[in-house]
This record gives sequence, structure tokens and C-alpha cells, in this order.
Amino acid sequence: MSRVDVRKTYKLFIGGAFPRSESGYSYAVNDAKGKFVANAALASRKDARDAVVAARKAAGGWAARTAYNRAQILYRVAELVEDRRPQFVAAVQQSEGLSAARANAAVDASVDRLVWYAGWADKLTQVVGNANPVAGPFFNLTTPEPTGVVAVLGPQQSSLLGLVSVIAPVLTTGNVVVLVSSHDRPLPAVTFAEVLATSDVPAGVVNVLTGSAATLGPWLASHMDVNAIDLVGVAGDPALATDLEVAAADNLKRVRRAPAAEPDWTLTPRLDTMTDFLELKTVWHPMGV
Amino acid sequence: MPTLTTEFADVTGSEASMRRFLHGLPGVDQVGAEARAASLGTRSIKTTAKAHAIDLAISMVDLTTLEGQDTPGKVRALASKAVHPDPADPTCPQVAAVCVYPDMVAIAKETLGSSGINVAAVATAFPSGRAALDIKLADTRDAVEAGADEIDMVIDRGAFLSGRYLQVFEEIVAVREACTREDGTAAHLKVIFETGELQTLDNVRRVSWLAMLAGAHFIKTSTGKVQPAATLPVTLVMLQAVRDFRDSTAQMVGVKPAGGIRTSKDAIKYLVMVNEVAGPDWLDPDWFRFGASTLLNELLMQRTKLTTGRYSGPDYFTLD
Amino acid sequence: MTTDPTGTAPTGTAPTSTVFEYAPAPESRSILDLKASYGLFVDGEFVDGHGSSFKTINPATEEVLAEVAEADDADVDAAVRAARRAHTRVWSRMSGSERAKYLYRIARIIQERGRELAVLESLDNGKPIKESRDVDVPIVAAHFFYYAGWADKLEHSGYGTTPLGVAGQIIPWNFPLMMLAWKIAPALACGNTVVLKPAETTPLTALLFAEICQQADLPPGVVNIVTGAGGTGQALVSHPDVDKVAFTGSTDVGKAIARAVAGSTKRVTLELGGKAANIVFDDAPLDQAVEGIVDGIFFNQGHVCCAGSRLLVQESIAEELLAKLKTRMGTLRVGDPLDKNTDVGAINSAEQLQRIRELSQVGEDEGAGRWSPPCDLPERGFWFPPTLFTGVTQAHRIAREEIFGPVLSVLTFRTPSEAVEKANNTPYGLSAGVWTEKGSLILHMAGALRAGVVWANTFNKFDPTSPFGGYKESGQGREGGRHGLAAYLKGGDL
Repeated sequence: MSRVDVRKTYKLFIGGAFPRSESGYSYAVNDAKGKFVANAALASRKDARDAVVAARKAAGGWAARTAYNRAQILYRVAELVEDRRPQFVAAVQQSEGLSAARANAAVDASVDRLVWYAGWADKLTQVVGNANPVAGPFFNLTTPEPTGVVAVLGPQQSSLLGLVSVIAPVLTTGNVVVLVSSHDRPLPAVTFAEVLATSDVPAGVVNVLTGSAATLGPWLASHMDVNAIDLVGVAGDPALATDLEVAAADNLKRVRRAPAAEPDWTLTPRLDTMTDFLELKTVWHPMGV
Repeated sequence: MPTLTTEFADVTGSEASMRRFLHGLPGVDQVGAEARAASLGTRSIKTTAKAHAIDLAISMVDLTTLEGQDTPGKVRALASKAVHPDPADPTCPQVAAVCVYPDMVAIAKETLGSSGINVAAVATAFPSGRAALDIKLADTRDAVEAGADEIDMVIDRGAFLSGRYLQVFEEIVAVREACTREDGTAAHLKVIFETGELQTLDNVRRVSWLAMLAGAHFIKTSTGKVQPAATLPVTLVMLQAVRDFRDSTAQMVGVKPAGGIRTSKDAIKYLVMVNEVAGPDWLDPDWFRFGASTLLNELLMQRTKLTTGRYSGPDYFTLD
Repeated sequence: MTTDPTGTAPTGTAPTSTVFEYAPAPESRSILDLKASYGLFVDGEFVDGHGSSFKTINPATEEVLAEVAEADDADVDAAVRAARRAHTRVWSRMSGSERAKYLYRIARIIQERGRELAVLESLDNGKPIKESRDVDVPIVAAHFFYYAGWADKLEHSGYGTTPLGVAGQIIPWNFPLMMLAWKIAPALACGNTVVLKPAETTPLTALLFAEICQQADLPPGVVNIVTGAGGTGQALVSHPDVDKVAFTGSTDVGKAIARAVAGSTKRVTLELGGKAANIVFDDAPLDQAVEGIVDGIFFNQGHVCCAGSRLLVQESIAEELLAKLKTRMGTLRVGDPLDKNTDVGAINSAEQLQRIRELSQVGEDEGAGRWSPPCDLPERGFWFPPTLFTGVTQAHRIAREEIFGPVLSVLTFRTPSEAVEKANNTPYGLSAGVWTEKGSLILHMAGALRAGVVWANTFNKFDPTSPFGGYKESGQGREGGRHGLAAYLKGGDL
């Protein structure tokens, strides 16, 4: 007689804790073939609100970490994902219906992407900052700084590589994340959250909401304490993307517009994945005796 | 000694308290101070204002000769010029003082007679100030006895730069005492900082306060023997110091930029600065002087241009 | 109060009056050749608009300076078409080094005609001639010089070399010519063509700039100037063939523009409002701090988005600093913008004056202490005296809303962290000032302040090499410096 297995409950990740949805709702998640896998928490607007509060609380501390420290922490995340390869390969296979080989490749690429972004933490300032030779006796320096709380509507298709590709650039630049995962393929995101929870990423720096971008997006886009929003998760829905961009104008969020279709995540990312969430600060000081 | 408010009474008590006080003064940002000085320099002083300013500037000149080659003849000529800067125009004001070495005081005094023009004598081992205190005091007394109305002393820059502020302070106090005449009156004391050697504006502010606390009647930028001599930013900081000193003690101290002020335009820039930084109370020969030699003829040429409407030339003004 | 400590008789024969009154020193208007009316500048020619026209006045006298065409949708469309043609056929095909030479040429003509531009700017805007002459026009020329040199070096910019196409640019009335330069110079250097709308109350220097483009033989259509009000701006922003919108102005309009371009591929940069904190610590170089405060809020009548409108002064020196500040404010000369000794000119419009008056009244009603130096204001024209409010708290409207006038709110703080907290407690984030002689504190503050420009021991400094722009609701994107190229190149979203 076979053992009764213990099924995993997939919950939200807010402020370093794994709560159920405040609303009490969950929804059925199926695998790529339509077979039920598990229930995921259906995040509500109040969960989104709580996530923003948690993110804001964590923002100052994360931004104040040294770039070297952020790089180490992100590299540590890569180590932990590598450590859990079989689990992630299975999760990606299940969510995306990939062959074992392609799922392996996706996990490989995800780990490599984390390593790539980890390395950027202490280099981006040098690449996008500037010393400016002003016409006067002044020291003048332009440096990038994190914009703050970034809402990311995660990609709907690429459950791990896409996910990592939108979270890592926000983290490495010192921003904090409120992520809305893929609606249909949310489970790798929750597993990734479990990795983050056991890594050195401080509580609240990444918050994961499973549920609907169409439902949560408007709340996050119009939230006055969110500084930026990545709309990639609504790629292919220009009407919704436009509505969200309009809502984002309420406090002039930095908007990473939705592409026409979900991008090819295997390509090496461009710097705009990071610079879209940076502010440039220019400091002047006189030079005299 | 003027009575200082209790706020400052204990400042001069020890080297440590003096240092604490001087280093506790607000810093001076050089770039900001220079920008402010330059901005005041863009004031446009025209027509009636210009005429007023030029006459005022003439009346503030300490007509100076401080050369090894000075002779009684040279000093007499200078003194005559001081009384009648423009012999052709009786409305031209006379200058404030004639500034000479101590051995020329008697000659200058005799030539100036009852004109009301003061004789200022540089003293205290001018220009370097490198002599024993006794000699500096003797130098001072000698000039006062010869009839000097004003003494332009130099500070010991070496002592200042090595942080011996109390020594500099006490020396000024001693020289001021040496300015006292037998009848109890005293020559006015101007204290020369040689700001070109002190270099930083922070030092200018500190030395200004040090000198004012020691009882200086005037604070003066330079000997004229070191470059840079007077500059607008240095004078700005000194004007701020006398303004702040009056706010604290209700006592006014005069300011004298000396050396390097050669054109009417420069002189007017200084007057604008006096007007807008220290205030109109200082627009008076009692409280502001120019230490200069060639400036006077430049002012006279401009004055003539204003009265005649045509540009004048050096041949029309006396060279003494 | 004044004493002569020795009793030595004064000397010299000073002029009888010690009052040093500066005689009027008016800059001559004769250099200007003002026309009675102006058309639009489209495709290299001045043309009549299809719409109505409006008058632009001298805010110092309310004298009508000229009648200016109000561009309607068809006019805007014609201008965008001209810009598109010029972009496709001429400007995007021209080598960078050739584009550079046109920009250098423009820079030189601006210098040569600098006095004329300065006089016209002061007439139309109300700003003192010493500012238009010594600040605005030199910065304008420098901006064209700076970006001219980029035109053939874009491969080193980090943003690629591909222009966006046609830029629609809308500029405000506070620095009409300077904002024009900040918009047009980088756009042209990168190979874009532009349609620029100057502000309704200050169109004249932009039209003179159009003449300069003709004088420089700039190919027709590369620069087009459409005058008008909000409707003209809306037509430009929403025109489907505009690839890029650059706007400087109010945060409300900035938000409207962000909404208008939502869902499009139009790129946008916005330079919007501010409510900058100017923070003075107890160890500040006080005299320079006073100058910085004065520059910060009274430069250009306070019509400056990055104005230091909130003075945050450490409580221990508040009294001393305020005394010095008031003395200094007493020397500000308010009056005829064309007088070379004027420090504070006219408020740009009746409407703006009304807003300044209203908010100042609110300040008084809310209990803040209002103070202005004695100050004779001219009878005609739009004038407001340099004003400060003491006893202001973060809860006061005058501490939160942008007044855009010569009105300073004074608040106090006790510790660095309180200063940071108050400084950042605003939806804006354009600029900030810090005054202290302690180097590590400066760097700490510079890091902690959420603002695009931090002036430490200085204020309101601008330079073509130095990026300018805001955090949060103060805008998006940067103007100036290498970063300013990003707004006009395809790779510029890096």
C-alpha cells in the first residue's frame, strides 16, 4: 500500500514571512498538460498593499548595503538555486512543459543570470556614473541610485529564467521588489521565494504575490508609494498596459513598458534592465582653500 | 582699551581660549566668497553716483610712499599733492592721510600744516615685522613722538601661522599702548595683516577678529610689498568681520585695503562692497581708506572726465 | 552705536552725504528690432498661423511687446511634417561632424548677439538684465558649444548613435532661452529634428532664435518653433508622428503628458516642479550660506523649479542666520529688469503674481510669520517683494506647495537625521542644498537626500556638462552632460 504524500502549500512571500492571502482565496494551479498540481494563494489588493509596506520598510537598509555586499548576497542566491537544481528543474518542467534538457538549460541560464547580475552591483556606478568637468571651481559627480520600491509584473511564460531576469536587475541596483508572479505558472516563483528566505536577502527586499497581474497591476500601478513598475507581465495586452501606464502617471512612476510579446529571456540582457530603475544624482561642491 | 562685552572677555585669557574662539568662527568658503565679491563688482555706478563715489574715494586715500629712495623732497611733494590733489579744481576733496616711514613723519607733518590731513606712519619693523618687540615698540613711539596721527603696524605673520595667536594679540595690545601720547591722546592704530602671506580667507577672518579684540582702530590688508596685496574677496571677509564685530560689541572698526588698487573702477567696486556688506556707516574716511599711490591720479582723471565730459590725460595731473 | 574710541579728529573732506545712491543704469533697448507681430517658424520660414494670435507683454510695465501667432492643430501638423522631412532627407543623413558645425555656428551667433538676446529676455520675462546677461545667455551659448562637440562623438556616448526622429519640445517661461537650449542642443546633436513650443508669456527669444537658425543657414525644418498656449502643446504631444516628447513645466502638466503618451512608443523626459530644502548646519560658512539662500530663492524672482524654497536651519544658529539673512535681503534691489543694478525683477505674469499672493496669504493665515524688507515696488507691472516666512512647519501649505516666487519658508531642525527626514518629506525630488564645513557630513547628506541635484556649500549652479533632473514627481530623465544625450538616442534607455 502506497504512502500518502504530504502536499506542499504554496503561500505568498511578504516581509520575509509566508502568509496565506489576506482574502483567504487560493486558486488551482495546473501543470502544462492541465493536470492539477497545487493550490496557490490568490493575492488580493490588500496583500499588494502589505507587500508595498514591507518593501518600503526594507528599502533604506537594502540601498544602504555596500555594492560588494549586495553582489555577495546575489551570488549566494545563485549558489542556493544551483544547490536546488533538481527541484527547480522539476518545477520548470511541470510549469512550462519543457523537456528535461530544456528545463535543465533554463535552470542553468537562471543561475548564470543571477551570477551575471550579482557582478553588476559594484560596477554599474562606474559604467553609468560620470565626473563632470564644469566650467568653474567645483567638484561635480553624477552617480546612480536606486529609485526605491519597484513593482514587477513578472513574465507569464518563463516561470524561472524570466522571473530571475526581472528580479535580479532590480535587486542588484539596490531597489526592492514587489513581484506579481506568472498567473498560470506561479510555483517556481514561490520556490524561488523559499530560496530567498533562506539566503541573506533581508526580509521585505523581495515580496512575491501569486495571482493575477490584471487584478493586482492597477493597484500597484496607482500606488503612490511605489516608485517604478515593470509591465513585462502584461506583454501582449496593450490595452491593459496602457491603463497601467496611465495609472502610473499619478506619481510619475518610472515605467518599463510592456513589449508586444514576452522577450526571449535567453539573450544577454541590456543595461536598461537595471538603469530603468535608477535615479541619477549630481553633487556639486566648491573647490577652494 | 575698548570695553568688550563679557562674551569676549575670557577669549583673550589664554592661548587655548583664543584658539578655541578663532577656530570657532564660521568658516569662509573661498569659492562662495569670491563669487559674492565678483557679483558686487558688476554693479553699474553711473553719472551722479559715480561723481559721488569718486569724490568719496579721493577723500579716503592714504596717499602713500614707502620706498627706500624716499627723501624729504619726495615726501613734501606728496604732502602738497595730498592737500591739493587737483590744483586746477578747488572743489576737489583732499585725501585722508599721507602714509610714510617713521623718519619722514616730521617732514610730512610740517608740509601738511593745518590742512587737517593726517600723517600715517608704518611701524613695527615694516614690512616684514621681523624684529624684537622692544624695537617694534620703539619704532612706534618714535613715529608717534614725531607727530604721526596714525600708526600702520604689521603683525607677526610667523607667529600667526604657527598658531601663536596670543603672542600676536599681545603684540598688538602693546603697540596700541605705545601709540599713546604724553597728553593722554593716542594715534589711531591700523593693523596690517599681509593677507597675501596668510593666504586663506579663514585666516583673514580669524586675524581680523584677533586684531579687533586687541583694540585695532583699523584693519588693513597689506603692506603693498607682497603679492597679492588687497583683493576684493579679502576685503569682503574683513568687511564682514567689522560688521559682525559691531553687531557683537557696538564698536566700529575701520577697514583699509592697500596695494594693487589702481583704477577708479576698482575703487568704486570697493565702495560698493563697503556699502552693501558693512553698510553705509563705513562710507566715511574715518572708517574706510584706500592705501594707494597711483590710484589718486586715476580718480582725478575720471573726476575731470565727469566734470568736463571729455577724457583727460596724465599730463594734466601732477606726478608726485 | 558708532564710537570713535580715541577722539582723534576725522580727516579728509568727504562728500557731504554719505548715502551712496546708485543712479539708474538702464540697459539700452535700442539694440532690439522688435516687430509688431510674429508668425510661426516652420520649415525655415516665418509663416502666418491658421489660428488666432495673442499678445505678449513686458511684465515690468504691462506694455504690449508684440502680437504672436497661436498655432492650431494644422500648424502643429505642418511643423511636425517639416521636421520629419528634414529628419529623413537631411539631418539624419548628415555626418555628425557637419551637424556639429551648424551647432557651433549657432553657439557663436548666440554669443555675438548675446546683448540683444539678454535685453529681449529681460523684456519679455521680467528677469534682471544682470541675470539674462551673466547667467542665461552665457549658459545658452555654452550648451550649444558643449553638445556641438558631441555630434561627431556619439559612438562614445554609451547610448549608440541612432536618433529618435522628431522631438516635440515644450518649455516654460522662467528660463525661456536656456530651456530652449537645453532642449534643442542635445536633440540636434544626436540627429533629431525638433518642433519647439515656447511658453505663452515668453515667446520672443525663441522667435529670435529662429532668426539665428536662419542666419546660421540651418537646413529648413530642423528647428521649428510653434507659439501658443496649452492647446498647441497638447497638439504637439499627441501628434502621432512625434517620436519624443520633452517637457519642462509643472508637475500637473507633466503627469498629463505621461498619461497622454501611455501605450505609445514615444519616449518622454520631464523636468517638473520642486520644493527643495536648503539645509544649513551650525558649522556652515555662514556668510556664504546666506548668499546661497538668497541665490536659492531670489534668483530669477524664485521662478526656478530647483529653487531652495525651504530653508532648513539648525535650531542652534537659526536666530543668528535669520538676522544675517534679513540684513542681506535688505540690500536686494527690486525694480526695473533692464537696470543693471536690479537684483530682483518682475513676476512673469498677473496669473503667477496672483498665485504667489494667494499662497503667501495662506502662509499668513496658517500662522507663519511673514517678513519682507522695506521695498518700493513700481506701480505698474507685476511685483512681489522678497519675502520670508518664519515659524513654518512641514504641515504648512507653504512648506509643501511650490510657490514659484520670491518666497522662502524657514523651518528648523535639530539633528542630521531630522534634516534628512524633513528634506525628503515631499513628493518632489529635484534639488537640495547642504551647508556645513564638515566633509563627511556633506557626503552623508548628499547620499541621503532624495534629489537629482545636491548643491553642497553652493546653490543654483548650472553647467552644460552637469546632468540636471529630478527624482519622484520632479520628473524623469536628465538634461545636460553625457546623460543628457540619452533622451535623444535610440540606445538612450540605457
